[in-house]
Amino acid sequence: MKYYLEFEKPIEELELKIEELKRISDRKDMDISSAVRKLEKKAKELRTEIFSNLTPWQKTLLARHSDRPYTLDYINLLAEGFMELHGDRRFSDDPAIVGGFAKVNGIKTIIIGHQKGRGTKERIYRNFGQPQPEGYRKALRLMRFAERFKKPIVTFIDTPGAYPGIGAEERGQSEAIATNLMEMSRIKTPIISVVIGEGGSGGALALGVADRVFMLEHSIYSVISPEGCAAILWKKNGEMDAEESSKAADAMKLTAAAALRLTAQDLLAFKIIDDIIPEPSGGAHRDPEAVAKKISETISKSIEELSSKTPGKLIEERYKRLRRIGSFEIES
Amino acid sequence: MWFKKTRESKLQKKVKIPEGLWVKCENCKEIVYKKEIDKNLKVCPKCNYHFRISAKDRIKLLVDEGSFIEVDANIISMDPLNFKDSLPYPEKIKENQKKSGLREAAISGEALMNGYHVVLAIMDFSFMGGSMGSVVGEKIARAAETAIEKEIPFISIASSGGARMQEGMFSLMQMAKVSAVVGKLKDNGIPFISVLADPTFGGVAASFAMLGDIIIAEPRSLIGFAGPRVIERTMKQQLPDNFQRAEFLLEHGLIDMVVNREDMKKTLTLLIEFLS
Repeated sequence: MKYYLEFEKPIEELELKIEELKRISDRKDMDISSAVRKLEKKAKELRTEIFSNLTPWQKTLLARHSDRPYTLDYINLLAEGFMELHGDRRFSDDPAIVGGFAKVNGIKTIIIGHQKGRGTKERIYRNFGQPQPEGYRKALRLMRFAERFKKPIVTFIDTPGAYPGIGAEERGQSEAIATNLMEMSRIKTPIISVVIGEGGSGGALALGVADRVFMLEHSIYSVISPEGCAAILWKKNGEMDAEESSKAADAMKLTAAAALRLTAQDLLAFKIIDDIIPEPSGGAHRDPEAVAKKISETISKSIEELSSKTPGKLIEERYKRLRRIGSFEIES
Repeated sequence: MWFKKTRESKLQKKVKIPEGLWVKCENCKEIVYKKEIDKNLKVCPKCNYHFRISAKDRIKLLVDEGSFIEVDANIISMDPLNFKDSLPYPEKIKENQKKSGLREAAISGEALMNGYHVVLAIMDFSFMGGSMGSVVGEKIARAAETAIEKEIPFISIASSGGARMQEGMFSLMQMAKVSAVVGKLKDNGIPFISVLADPTFGGVAASFAMLGDIIIAEPRSLIGFAGPRVIERTMKQQLPDNFQRAEFLLEHGLIDMVVNREDMKKTLTLLIEFLS
């Protein structure tokens, strides 16, 4: 069963009708292929129309879609011989971040990414893609390993954020993220990051300091979730009771999603990312193979470009790239 | 209900010093003469609770009199997102400037500390919750670069709710920017001492503040990645005593020491003396 989002309802209706027609024609041996073709064309047009005019909130929903391909899906589709490596060598292995080595178009790479789960059981096992400090420390261990053996690093970003828990605080969530930010800025091999779904704040950035950063067309990347932003900025209506204010915040998340400018298109315009990888109409989950192929092409091309640079040059350019980001002016 | 009350008292509430002659200490609930607190570096004389203080007051406490020279005061914020909540972002900045008497949430500059030449970057919670946007990020980056150029120690004092939402991804990227600059400090062998004051959270904790060669916190400061209310909601359980307090971080090996405000200058000087 496909899962449709609220704004996809018109598409769902059409697609169900098409399936119904196909079933009837199979059973009764009738030729209604021209009618089906017509409807399919119409569905395609409708999809194109809806998906080229998505609001930031609709994109947020799409980025979190439960059918959306996750890190391991893409690894299976685009990499050869993935061998997963585990553990931070200090405390535990965090299933919310996966990593290991694999070949992408014949190039040996270390691939690391946030991992969400599918189905209740796996979702809980993966902690909904929210890493503990150990996840970030495992990621850093693998990156240092890549550096030592001169292999490029590919990261896939897809998390609601780093886990806000007691244990995570006790074991230094802030320190783990901060250390990754600092160390990734000076790892001596190429780093390429692709935001494939949800880029949730510091927990996403902790895998995202890179020489090239790409986003899938309908992915998001934000300093805070629209819900979190709405709860903080629009909570101050003192007279509302808890239920009212939670309703108001619910409505405001749409506004917040737009205000935060969290879409791939916004972030390309801000020059915070390098490029957008297109998705099929309907989203990445409609054709994961095609998306994986595009990601793989993008990765190989970037690695090729970056491999010609000396480690010194690579780090210098990565540093400059980070150093220039900011929106301010100097008053005279 | 008694249990509800104790629970709430464990959550950290904003401690503000109200106008007037007398102040109720949020920690020990004692009523204290305001002048006495002011004279005592805004520390409760009954229970040693450290009230939040302004960046300007910190400068007075930490540097040799008259030696502080502010730099980069003219870096001002833009509004890349065209952000508006209750107010458009540029107006919110103006409002905070008026309220706090500051131009931004951090002040940076050079100064002498018992004769030692240092670079300081000091955050002020009263300006938009000390949040880090492009200006704060740039000031910290430049301050660290000055320390590298002049080969003198860099000291930061954090007090912040985290990254500034109103600048969206520009704020998030400041975390990467300032962390990369701290990497440069380390490459160049420049000492970096990070002082954590109440509160230090989110994007500030998860970047430069937790990257100091030495990390010092003021007593009872709340420090963490996620705010205690968020964690309580997620975990659906009561938080442990002292959770996210400076002493809790010390116990868990996350910081080097907890130092009283009155001893801060002396401690920093000893560290600089050792490191230089």
